[in-house]
Amino acid sequence: MAIYSTNEFKGGLKIMLDNDPCSIIENEFVKPGKGQAFNRVRIRNLKTGRVIERTFKSGDTVEGADVVDVDMQYLYSDGEFWHFMTPESFEQYQAEKSAVSEAAKWLKEQDVCTVTLWNGSPLSVSPPNFVELAITETDPGLKGDTSGGGGKPATLETGAVVRVPLFVQIGEVIKVDTRTGEYVSRVKD
Amino acid sequence: MSDWRPVCGPAQLRLRARLLADVRRFFAEREVMEVETPLLGAACGTDPNLAVFATRFSAPPLCRELFLQTSPEFAMKRLLAAGSGSIYQICKAFRNSESGRWHNPEFTILEWYRIGFDLSALIEECLALLSALLAPVYSGLTEERVAYRDLFIRHAGLDPLAFDLPVFRARADALGLSEAYTLCGENPVLWLDLLFSVCVQPAMRPNCLYAVYHYPSSQSSLARVCTADERLAERFELFFNGLELGNGFFELADASEQELRFERELAYRRENGLPDAVKDRRLLSALAAGLPDCSGVAVGIDRLLMLLAEAEHIDQVLAFPLRLA
Repeated sequence: MAIYSTNEFKGGLKIMLDNDPCSIIENEFVKPGKGQAFNRVRIRNLKTGRVIERTFKSGDTVEGADVVDVDMQYLYSDGEFWHFMTPESFEQYQAEKSAVSEAAKWLKEQDVCTVTLWNGSPLSVSPPNFVELAITETDPGLKGDTSGGGGKPATLETGAVVRVPLFVQIGEVIKVDTRTGEYVSRVKD
Repeated sequence: MSDWRPVCGPAQLRLRARLLADVRRFFAEREVMEVETPLLGAACGTDPNLAVFATRFSAPPLCRELFLQTSPEFAMKRLLAAGSGSIYQICKAFRNSESGRWHNPEFTILEWYRIGFDLSALIEECLALLSALLAPVYSGLTEERVAYRDLFIRHAGLDPLAFDLPVFRARADALGLSEAYTLCGENPVLWLDLLFSVCVQPAMRPNCLYAVYHYPSSQSSLARVCTADERLAERFELFFNGLELGNGFFELADASEQELRFERELAYRRENGLPDAVKDRRLLSALAAGLPDCSGVAVGIDRLLMLLAEAEHIDQVLAFPLRLA
């Protein structure tokens, strides 16, 4: 794998740190007029998602991480693994629960999402920003209430629970923003 | 392609022009003379933390290697030794492999020397100049004159004059800098650089112009060592909003002490596999002939402009930063 010097650090560069694959968020060159130069770097650990700050001596080198983002179709889950397929080559990948984590509750079969591969294995899964899912359970709302105020919890076909306006009913399909977990609109067929 | 266009607009260009005019007026009123010295010189600084751009003059009989100067200091001291009186210069300086939010490898320095000034007299002059320049943008600006040791203890919780590896390591861990030992090892100067850059500088009060004086003599650079306490150097730095703006000395005038420091830095370069440097024999001769007692300081003009323009990146105040040069 490539070796990167601090001079090559920039946002998005994938490096190995403490044996974990990481992504550089921000790199700041810090040097007193008379004195040692350092790089203060904000880094996201791609395994844990945690953001840390780390200092390097300018000119030091680190190993690159073989990390790529690939669009894949979600196929199914067997309870232990979540299975994905690249639409072009039909290559299949299985991701562990820890890699899918929070994304699991938004994944509907056939939907295309982004799978991050580290050394060829799924490291994390990002759902599409917007998903359209059917409501499987919610309290019967008050017909005629279209104000949208208040709201009620609704369970979706994937198991996610979101707050929806009172007028939305079981069986309806809604659009949800997966980044905030918020209801966007009803989807009319 | 539109990459011929300057990064900064006309307003920024005017800001720079006005700043330079203000600086020249300040020194004209004080009867400090403006001078010019070569940007290309046969010698270069030995400071192991500075990398030079080297080039070659190709016409005989003077064919030789030349270096773009990392600061005009040595040449200006030769003028002082020759009896110039107090002088200032606004010029470009060049430092290889320095690039980032606060650094462009080619930048503008304001450097001046005051005959007969001790460190505190020069600090007062710096504060007067910088306060006047910054006040229009930073109303209610305050000033603080503080000893390096006091400021270091205040923000890093460690005594910089009493380096004790286990104590420094434990404190670095507590400050979330567990990599400090890997970076600095047992080198006390590196520890001070790291902790000052990462813990002290960012903790400085906003809207306050700092003059931090009496650096440890391990970081004396070209400053005299304090006669009253040889652990300290007659060196100060200027900071505003955590940004380093300038560095000044009560200038070392002892030629043999200067040569010793050159040799020490050259040895450090050899030990650490850094490129060799060419020590400035003409500076040593000038010191031997006699440098009048004086204090001098260098201020980064581009950083001052960043503050005046409230810019986030040095590129915003340069017409053509490195990538468009």
